[in-house]
Amino acid sequence: MAALDELERVYERAKRDPKFQKRLDELLRTYAGRPTPLFFARRLTEKLGGAKIYLKREDLLHTGAHKINNCLGQALLVERMGKHRVIAETGAGQHGVATATVCALLGFECVVYMGTEDMRRQELNVFRMRLLGAEVRGVSSGSRTLKDAINEAMRDWVTNVRTTHYLLGSVLGAHPYPTMVRDFHRVIGREARAQILKAEGKLPSAVIACVGGGSNAIGAFYEFIKDKKVRLIGVEAGGRSEKLGDHAARFRGGSPGVLQGTYSYVLQDSGGQIALTHSVSAGLDYPSIGPEHAALKDAGRAEYVSASDAEALEATTLLARTEGIIPALESAHAVAEVTKRAPKMKKSEIVIVNVSGRGDKDIGIMRENLKIN
Amino acid sequence: MPLTFYRKPALVAYVTCGDPDLVTTREIVLAAIEAGADVIELGVPFSDPVADGPVIQRASERALKHGTSLAQVLTLAAEIRVQAQSTGLIIFSYLNPILRMGIDKFCKVARAAGVDGALITDLPVEEAQAYLRAMRQHDLSPVFLAAPTSPDERLKRIGEASRGFVYAVSRTGVTGQRQKLADDARKLVKRLRRVTKLPIALGFGISNAAQFMEVAEFADAVVVGSAIVETIERNRGREAAAVGEFVKQLLVGSGQLSVGSK
Repeated sequence: MAALDELERVYERAKRDPKFQKRLDELLRTYAGRPTPLFFARRLTEKLGGAKIYLKREDLLHTGAHKINNCLGQALLVERMGKHRVIAETGAGQHGVATATVCALLGFECVVYMGTEDMRRQELNVFRMRLLGAEVRGVSSGSRTLKDAINEAMRDWVTNVRTTHYLLGSVLGAHPYPTMVRDFHRVIGREARAQILKAEGKLPSAVIACVGGGSNAIGAFYEFIKDKKVRLIGVEAGGRSEKLGDHAARFRGGSPGVLQGTYSYVLQDSGGQIALTHSVSAGLDYPSIGPEHAALKDAGRAEYVSASDAEALEATTLLARTEGIIPALESAHAVAEVTKRAPKMKKSEIVIVNVSGRGDKDIGIMRENLKIN
Repeated sequence: MPLTFYRKPALVAYVTCGDPDLVTTREIVLAAIEAGADVIELGVPFSDPVADGPVIQRASERALKHGTSLAQVLTLAAEIRVQAQSTGLIIFSYLNPILRMGIDKFCKVARAAGVDGALITDLPVEEAQAYLRAMRQHDLSPVFLAAPTSPDERLKRIGEASRGFVYAVSRTGVTGQRQKLADDARKLVKRLRRVTKLPIALGFGISNAAQFMEVAEFADAVVVGSAIVETIERNRGREAAAVGEFVKQLLVGSGQLSVGSK
């Protein structure tokens, strides 16, 4: 609790400090590569024959995903707190890589916890983290995925809290994490809103993003919440079937509960034990969801759907062949939703899809699952 | 009021219920009571025990493999209460199984089972209003954890919200045995004494008679958890006898049995 209080204090002060914002903006621009383009997907639009589809290209950021936005922000807070050791959890490895990157940049010691199942399926990212000087610790308890990596990171944090900052990678965990991580990703929607107004002179009908913990989605949604006519659509991992344990669709099969310090929708059994999950994408493979998404859902402001493993893989091929963009399997879930939705929309309507990350890390899984000679 | 410490230091014994099975857990608890434990913490296994080290993690996994639930642990508590009237019984759980059951229902069933109190590892006192109301209504004692990193103001709040005793965590980190008692422990107990009159139980990392004796100098009770759970793990087939011997040896080793029995 004391560390959370300290973090909240330091963050609230930094937020109002122009020097902090200036430094963060500069790093986002000169190091991470912001602003990211909003790209009109002409061939995909023609192929689907409905709404105009724009892609927000977070996959073009340094390290290959939106995760760097939050990592740079928190790393600057670590400096302010005078801590020198950073720990993180990672699912797909994108947050781990982004954390290892900012630690190399600012000279912090870095330990990343990762489920051994995820280490196997995201081998490339494990190597990247090690190359960047981070120590990757495998976690072989539970489902050996993101949830278990967070458990282990939390155990490390309570043990070494005096010297260590937990650089949590999604809009999860105890306050102030969900709010703070969201704030660091708001830039996605802020840019996209200005870009679409400039390109089309009007707002989109919908913004679509994949939702694991929900950081890229909340970042993409946030600036549009006040634009009541813009539909906000989150896409969860439908996995391989609707059975508990075979997916990570918290809004379809979950109920309110507390996991890892967050009260939200949770996939659980009748006794309150957390359920196992499955998704082809490690980054969506988590039994709970950011509490702000739960609030948006309950308020009816955002809607949540799911895409199956097979649909995500199919969408990956489609985007690769129509636009020359290979999305991360996480982002492919958002692409899958637009393939279902765009054809039913008017040609005058616009949809923005947040391509949260690039697919290089998933090449192995794609090769296993897509029969391409 | 069985949440009473009969000796100094008193022994609070933790077990993960359902490891290896609930029938054996009952035998283990009765053996620990027979050997001199003053208060029993009945641990509810949870799929994601973030506050626990490897020993209790493994025990939780074993207990969950055959579906041990909070409801079953409360039934077990009722059975133990029939056979042990003067021993304190505390439900030691993570929040989610209790939320799933419903806080009110949990309190009602626990009270009816003869449980004295509860400790919810991942419920900070700052977020506990509804829980505290229900616990008060059913005359149950909430026990909260105080950490070496908790500022004085927070210790005060923990002291005010707790009943029965305050559980002082000897060091930062998760449950599990340590060679040496941290300096943090003594300092924390001293700081707690300034803000609460409740007895203070010290836990996390205490596993032998020497450490037990050391704690006797400054705390009112000692919580032993992982060492008991490991004794269970290592003595397949004779768990209850082994735990009885272990508890006896802790208390004899520290000279406590001579103080007089309850």
